[in-house]
Amino acid sequence: MSTLAQKKGFGAVLWDYLTTVDHKKIAILYLIAGGFFFLLGGLEAMFIRIQLAVPNNDFVSAGLYNEILTMHGTTMIFLAAMPLIFAFMNAVMPLQIGARDVAFPFLNSLGFWLFFFGGVFLNLSWFLGGAPDAGWTSYASLSIASEGHGIDFYALGLQISGAGTLIGGINFLVTIINMRAPGMTYMRMPLFTWTTFVTSALILFAFPALTVGLFLLIFDRMFGSNFFDPAMGGNTIIWEHFFWIFGHPEVYILVLPAFGIFSEIFAIFSRKRLFGYSSMVFATVLIGFLGFMVWAHHMFTTGMGPIANAIFAVATMAIAVPTGIKIFNWLFTMWGGSITFTTPMLWAIAFIPSFVAGGVTGVMLASAAQDYQYHDSYFVVAHFHYVIVGGVVFALFAGAHLYWPKMFGTMLSEFLGKITFVLFFIGFHLTFFIQHFLGLWGMPRRIFTYLPGQGFDTSNMVSTVGAFFMAAAVIILLINVVITSVKNEKVGNDPWGDGRTLEWAIPSPPPFYNFKQLPLVRGLDAYWLEKMEGKKGMSPAEPLGDIHMPNNSFVPFVISFGLFVAAFGAMYHNEHSWGIPVLIVGMLITLGSMFVRSVKDDHGYHIHKEDLEDNNDKGVKA
Amino acid sequence: MKRLAKWRLFSLFAMMALILSACSGEPYLSTLKPAGEVAQTQFDLMVLSTVIMVGVIAVVTIIFFIVVFKFRRKDDRIPKQVEGSHKLEIIWTVIPILLLLILAVPTVSATFKLADVGPMEKKNEDGKTDALVVNVRANLYWWEFEYPNQEIITGQELVVPTDEKVYFNLIASDVKHSFWIPAVGGKLDTNTDNVNKFWLKFDSEKAADADNLFYGKCAELCGPSHALMDFKVKAVPRDEFDQWATAMAEVKEPKKAETDLAQAGQEVFNNSCIGCHAVTPANTAPEAARLAPNLTNFGDRDRIAGVLDHTEDDLKDWLRDPETFKPGNKMTGTYGELSEEELDALTEYLMGLKVTEQ
Repeated sequence: MSTLAQKKGFGAVLWDYLTTVDHKKIAILYLIAGGFFFLLGGLEAMFIRIQLAVPNNDFVSAGLYNEILTMHGTTMIFLAAMPLIFAFMNAVMPLQIGARDVAFPFLNSLGFWLFFFGGVFLNLSWFLGGAPDAGWTSYASLSIASEGHGIDFYALGLQISGAGTLIGGINFLVTIINMRAPGMTYMRMPLFTWTTFVTSALILFAFPALTVGLFLLIFDRMFGSNFFDPAMGGNTIIWEHFFWIFGHPEVYILVLPAFGIFSEIFAIFSRKRLFGYSSMVFATVLIGFLGFMVWAHHMFTTGMGPIANAIFAVATMAIAVPTGIKIFNWLFTMWGGSITFTTPMLWAIAFIPSFVAGGVTGVMLASAAQDYQYHDSYFVVAHFHYVIVGGVVFALFAGAHLYWPKMFGTMLSEFLGKITFVLFFIGFHLTFFIQHFLGLWGMPRRIFTYLPGQGFDTSNMVSTVGAFFMAAAVIILLINVVITSVKNEKVGNDPWGDGRTLEWAIPSPPPFYNFKQLPLVRGLDAYWLEKMEGKKGMSPAEPLGDIHMPNNSFVPFVISFGLFVAAFGAMYHNEHSWGIPVLIVGMLITLGSMFVRSVKDDHGYHIHKEDLEDNNDKGVKA
Repeated sequence: MKRLAKWRLFSLFAMMALILSACSGEPYLSTLKPAGEVAQTQFDLMVLSTVIMVGVIAVVTIIFFIVVFKFRRKDDRIPKQVEGSHKLEIIWTVIPILLLLILAVPTVSATFKLADVGPMEKKNEDGKTDALVVNVRANLYWWEFEYPNQEIITGQELVVPTDEKVYFNLIASDVKHSFWIPAVGGKLDTNTDNVNKFWLKFDSEKAADADNLFYGKCAELCGPSHALMDFKVKAVPRDEFDQWATAMAEVKEPKKAETDLAQAGQEVFNNSCIGCHAVTPANTAPEAARLAPNLTNFGDRDRIAGVLDHTEDDLKDWLRDPETFKPGNKMTGTYGELSEEELDALTEYLMGLKVTEQ
């Protein structure tokens, strides 16, 4: 079918991406949008470090600093890390289970556009009177007292993008439960698929808590309710609970897929199956489960009393056990293996000591009585950057290099990749290691400046220098991406040579229907098994037949756009008469397009058997 | 063998303590220079957990380096595909559990110890407590310290006796803040909803190392000047504290200015400042009417507005434009322009507000 391969004009490509329901293209959308927000959050981080480089600095003003720190945290968590994780989940998970797409391609697209419009809405605050300034945690007394519309942007923006995340999570759950290829039992699923599965379950249970909290905040700020006003019988502590009932699982939502990516990398580049696969699965599920039992360790100093503090302290420490199991399993995956130090593997190897350092400070923080000293100090800042950068961001870099060929059909330069790695690794430890000590020496977090004579000066300068290394590393990665795209040297199915799972059995990038014939899975590391038996590809599990495909749709874009419009109405209705009409128009756009989607039958289309037979170079070979 | 192990453990502890104290920050500010029972308890837990964690890191690091150096790819062979090892997996499940138990027991016991505020609930015949109680009220961006037993109020600078437990009631009047004296003990939030209670103990020897003046911080983001919401803690022997409290309580009427200049300053004060700032320490006014720090002993303090040096020039700068020094504060724009003469007079008056002789 030659028409499929024809070159398209820019307009056609744009329209294709605006309407696509293909998980691989949605993955690219997530990668681009998440990458953009990652750069934005990184820029904010640089402003923070420049401001703190010397005492009494006036690079940014006090109020602006609070906006920057809030947007740095919010952007990095919700608009950079999550979407980038979603990019890899979308790109890889359906391939790993041998599916032709996710269960609900339409919802997949809707999830992306909701996230995108929520993120854009949140960032428009910079141009419309000021960004939110109450921290990414947005604790109620401060967020209610905050003037201007910053917090409104936060609450509405996150509400919209949060809905997208929830939809995405449900979609992945259903996909993994229903769409595994013949023979792909649960205990044969690659670990990245497992972590996607558990993460999606966490999203399903954690995000509603955020949704509820944000709705209460929206009503308090925009519609005159008093859920968080103690003078009116409200309570601010309840926000802290809502936020952390969401916020703690959120940490695992980010880090479990990172574990998944690393599990793949260790196995591939050690040429060994994952050591203790079943205990890895068990540990993943256990971490997910315990992740819901520990939220109050973020509130040890809130005054919950010794009983609650003691219970949550011990529960939190328990998480160290399954995490420790994982670390040792990774080490023993490499033990006796044949290790090659590719860029993804370098990130994975560097992840182990970095993440262990973040993990052990986590145990120290879990110990309630000593946490009273660490809480809200730079010690905590150091800890969570070790976990989130050393865990999640390392995984994103590793994943980007590992899956780039599968997503785009080209290899990122290994040479530049290694330079990126070295610079980032040095910069990361230079920036954050010293911050443990800053916290112990008495420096609170979220301060826009500090006075000289407290022993903070040199260490803050060191930390700032480190940040510039990380910035340089990211710039080199961007150069790498550009060079690679311009060169455009295509690679084959299994560019790393040691691929173990199904995604490496099909072309890079895969045809839009992924598998011409669904593969037959005969065990863990299905593709590896076939290779070891001297076969070139997977055995098909079905005869060649018509493939049912979904149609593209512009409706998800319109649904999300409606909410984006409605959010402006909700925000401005107290001061502008056009507020309520705009709110109604926005909701009508959303509900109207949902109605159209509901009444208009869209049966998709079929790729015919004859067309598939034409291009034998694509899809699974029998 | 056992003795050897014990000795090893001891030396490990000693080394950790040495490392922690080698780069341990300032004695008036650092959690690594504990100056009281609470901070000491927390420091001991830090050392214990650091020892355990360094042990874990050592094991991981050793395996890590063996793996990375020994198992590099040398040829194209396919290594043996190992499924796992029950024995190993049990080992690295059970040992961490044991290590965590070693940490969990002292953690739980310390958590309960630090939360024991029984003595502040026991009232004697006068309706007062035998223990020293301080009511802390956090505001944007200043601190009020009320001594209910002594019936006095001061602001910005907490005065406490050393070597005895001091009990605190903590609350915030606008948004949430957090009360933290790093060298003396971990923090507790000042909520807007409820009173939080805890205790601290100020060690006299360690206080001497810090010139009897500890730094206090707000540890919860509370607005633009969160970074500048510092306070100071004067930790003095009990009899000195009693003298101070008595001297404070004796100020029944606003102190009369002595020089002409100061009298002019008092006039300015009475016209422009007294609506918010009290210069008598009695705790009779309701909280809502106490809009700004009590200045009864302003002349005795070590900082202006918590962050500026205690000099006449700094005071004048502050009065000219508080906004540059503490963005978002509630004082800016409440008292009109002051002329240079008025500033001189006001400064003279304020610096003369002392209760201790020096």
